[in-house]
Amino acid sequence: MSITGEVRIEGLRKSFGGHQVLRGIDLEVGKGEVVVVFGRSGSGKSTLLRCINFLEEPSEGTIEIAGIRVEGGGHRTRKKRELIRQLRIRTGMVFQDFNLFPHLTALDNVIEGPVTVLGRRRREAEALGRELLEMVGLPDKAASYPIQLSGGQQQRIAIARALAMNPKVMMFDEPTSALDPELIGEVLAVMRRLATELHMTMLVVTHEMGFAREVGSQMVFMHEGEIIEHGPPARVLSDPQRPETRRFLEAVL
Amino acid sequence: MTPDGDGGARAAPPPAPPAPARGRRERLELFSSRVPFTLKLAAVWATILGVLALLFAGADFDTDWMREHAGFIARGLTWTIVIAVASIVLACVLALLGALGRLSRNAIAVGVTSFYTSFFRGTPLIVQLFLIYLGLPQIGINLGDPWADWLTLDVFTAGIIALGLNYGAYMTEIFRAGIQSVGHGQSEAAEALGMTYRQKMRRVVLPQAVRVIIPPTGNEFIAMLKDTALVSFLGASLDQMEIFRRAQLLGRADFRNLEALIVAALMYWGLTTVFQYFQLRLERRLSKAYVRGTAGVAVAGERARPGT
Repeated sequence: MSITGEVRIEGLRKSFGGHQVLRGIDLEVGKGEVVVVFGRSGSGKSTLLRCINFLEEPSEGTIEIAGIRVEGGGHRTRKKRELIRQLRIRTGMVFQDFNLFPHLTALDNVIEGPVTVLGRRRREAEALGRELLEMVGLPDKAASYPIQLSGGQQQRIAIARALAMNPKVMMFDEPTSALDPELIGEVLAVMRRLATELHMTMLVVTHEMGFAREVGSQMVFMHEGEIIEHGPPARVLSDPQRPETRRFLEAVL
Repeated sequence: MTPDGDGGARAAPPPAPPAPARGRRERLELFSSRVPFTLKLAAVWATILGVLALLFAGADFDTDWMREHAGFIARGLTWTIVIAVASIVLACVLALLGALGRLSRNAIAVGVTSFYTSFFRGTPLIVQLFLIYLGLPQIGINLGDPWADWLTLDVFTAGIIALGLNYGAYMTEIFRAGIQSVGHGQSEAAEALGMTYRQKMRRVVLPQAVRVIIPPTGNEFIAMLKDTALVSFLGASLDQMEIFRRAQLLGRADFRNLEALIVAALMYWGLTTVFQYFQLRLERRLSKAYVRGTAGVAVAGERARPGT
């Protein structure tokens, strides 16, 4: 199956106060794989993604991305902070509500990472930025501010912003949930291109089952902080093994 | 009948109600509603100024004296402005550090900044002025040689430090609120890109916080422009006197107190008005990215017209 694990999650646990949100997650994502995570709200899907790039500190467990290995839990020492930063640089994140920088134009949003974090020259970064805007189908919106763009356009800019860091893995946290129905297609189309043309390694939390069936290489069903079903989309969607999975699929399909 | 079948709406006009007799008051209200608001506003201002002018005329002011000596008082403008600008710069630096300290998880930073804001908001500005001007040299003398020199400040420096420290303490809260007004998602987006704390603050959080910080900071600056008058209580040589001190001195010498003070008041007022104008322009510029519509700049320009 996965030859070189681009992402490896071992024994990941997370509690908020006394409440256990993740109860021991093990997951490996190979290069170029698209893993679709689904499950009821509160099952821990978002927390899983947020623990992977340490937006939430895992209570226990290890995250490894592209050779950078970080232990969860404990104090964030200077050394650990730097390790987390290296891990984040290699990980693109797309949020449910976009989180574009409202004071910057679309192009400046895209090049902010390369210029500030990677120290690229502005002119070079702009050339790359325009290419990425072209890729997400918004070459004429470079000078627009986020407030002047639709939700679908903002999310595509957010994808371009994450891609500009040339990440090894892209994570999507319910990328279409905040969108009006007619805008979902344009965002999914960009994500599909990422998977099929760029062979990007992707971790996607979504309930878009059509997308999962088409480009997913693994599907992961989460229930009460655990992965209770895991397999290729065709199998999971047509023949779920667990009653919880079946009930959920009946509800969303 | 109209050809396009909207006759339904027009058919059978309701019988006109008998025109009620309009009272004097109602006619006045109706007339008033037709006069543009700005015109009414101008009329009110003109009336206020007219009444004041009458009072002035009645008070038998020595306007010749005012004209003659306005120049002397105006020479204090430079000092007033220099003190205010230097103090606000110091205050902004302290407020930024204070806000970042208050929001940090470092015990030293939180401790130092909470002590700072507590003390300087909890004691009167005039006391702080004298503490720095008269109190510090005393400490310096007790400490011995190099300190005595360093801690003995001239009026001007003591005034700037006291005003800066005092206003910085108040503005810490303004800056803190501004920083907190930037959504948590912005921080996460910056962190997800791999930004350090510094980069996140400089590139993402502070540029957005500035929009929230500017209006109340302008307010503080206006208050400070006027509080520079307190510096004169420390006493100053003639070439370092600001507006109020000059007005006081001159008014007493010639027994034209009211005239001198009115000249000073008008100068403060003029100064704050000019400053408010620039603040408004700055705020418009900063809101450029937050205006919907394809040409944000043009829309902002449109709005600028009635105000100016």
